[in-house]
Amino acid sequence: MFRKIIEPRAPLAFTFDGRPCSAAPGDSVAAALLRAGIGAFRTSAPGGRPRGPHCLMGACFDCLVTIDGIANRQGCMVEVAEGMAVQSQHGLRGLPGGCRE
Amino acid sequence: MADLGRRDWVVIGGGLVGAAIAWGLARAGARPLVLDEGDCAPRASRANFALVWVQGKGLGHPHYALWSRDSAERWPRFAAELEAETGIDVALRQPGGFTFCLSQAELERERADVEQIARETGPRAAGFEVLDPAQTRARLPAVGATVAGSIYSPCDGHVNVLLALRALHAAMAARGCDYRAGHPVRLIEPVPDGFRITGEWGRLLAGRVVLAAGLGCERLAPMVGLACPLKASRGQVIVTEKCAPFFPYASTAVLQAAEGGFLIGASQDASGSILTSQQISAVMAQRAIRVFPALAAVNVVRTWAGFRVKTRDGHPVYDQSESAPGAFIAAGHSGVTLAANHALVLAPQILAGRLDPGLGPYSARRFLVPQDH
Repeated sequence: MFRKIIEPRAPLAFTFDGRPCSAAPGDSVAAALLRAGIGAFRTSAPGGRPRGPHCLMGACFDCLVTIDGIANRQGCMVEVAEGMAVQSQHGLRGLPGGCRE
Repeated sequence: MADLGRRDWVVIGGGLVGAAIAWGLARAGARPLVLDEGDCAPRASRANFALVWVQGKGLGHPHYALWSRDSAERWPRFAAELEAETGIDVALRQPGGFTFCLSQAELERERADVEQIARETGPRAAGFEVLDPAQTRARLPAVGATVAGSIYSPCDGHVNVLLALRALHAAMAARGCDYRAGHPVRLIEPVPDGFRITGEWGRLLAGRVVLAAGLGCERLAPMVGLACPLKASRGQVIVTEKCAPFFPYASTAVLQAAEGGFLIGASQDASGSILTSQQISAVMAQRAIRVFPALAAVNVVRTWAGFRVKTRDGHPVYDQSESAPGAFIAAGHSGVTLAANHALVLAPQILAGRLDPGLGPYSARRFLVPQDH
């Protein structure tokens, strides 16, 4: 659906759920994933429904992914770095030590 | 200039206090008109910490401790009625609440307060437990090493206040209330058989009027022979990203909303600015991180400031005008905690035209008498 107008000369390699992807330097994670044909970045916490980028400008929080082990990162606000491990996010970000009633 | 004609009941204010009373009046058979301001009003109903809180309230004033406790106990019925009428679940959670203390002195102060309240209030006082650091950690393994203890009370909880306000407005509409936003009131004049109410929008005649206009009550009250001196007490709140369930209780410092976001509060200062102070936010965040160190890694998504509606003694004002007996007032802090009482107890008394003598301690007349202390 999306393609680069100018192909990058030195693309960066990263992974999404272990699958190899590439990005141009300066691409956001969200832009690079959309170009890789990935529309659903995560599933919603209340209903487990697929979610992807909506605003691409940091406002909607629909493009949340786990980047290098840290959940709730906004895909549209993080630039791809070489070797980055991006994972789809399912459910809410967990915190260590939480307790139940 | 519109002429809205003659209305039997007019409620001035469409926030949590006004909406709870208007719905309570409608539930008891009236069809009030509600005059509200617009988006630029201070709107404490939308900017608060959403606690249904009893612990620590009513020091030296057992009636207020019990009024708060009664309302917290009435909240489940109130929420259930709202859900039955509107289908909106207001996310009421009453698992109990903690006051976290970061020094031994703080713990002793809090302990002295809750013990005094229990003594003064008697057997119906809210229960509480004073927990040392080890006992606190046993209940909440995530608390930080510098937590010096806590007070736990089973009466406390929280609610999604935005949903509660929406549910009240939906329930008001379903019961035939006439709600008018963008209708600030400039003047209320007692006339034979009621009140003439005017604003930029026009005018109307009201048979009876209820002032529930938050901080606006200070200006409106003298127009109907009442006094309601108020001060705006600013509070800031920090809202974080949504996280998995972590802290399933209420507290005055941190709570986790049903959707997963943490609310960190709640400062108190006298600034009139709606802009948040980063210095205050920093102190609040540091305190929250001392309580739960895991919060240090959590992202903040927004901060905001709101204004508490505070009387001089911190307790609400409920009164009926002596010179214009068709005028009532309900103003003050804790519009969330007290919403159930406002809807289910206060509104029927207002509709009957007479406040119960039990509400005497909340008369606005207390501000007319010089205090000797």
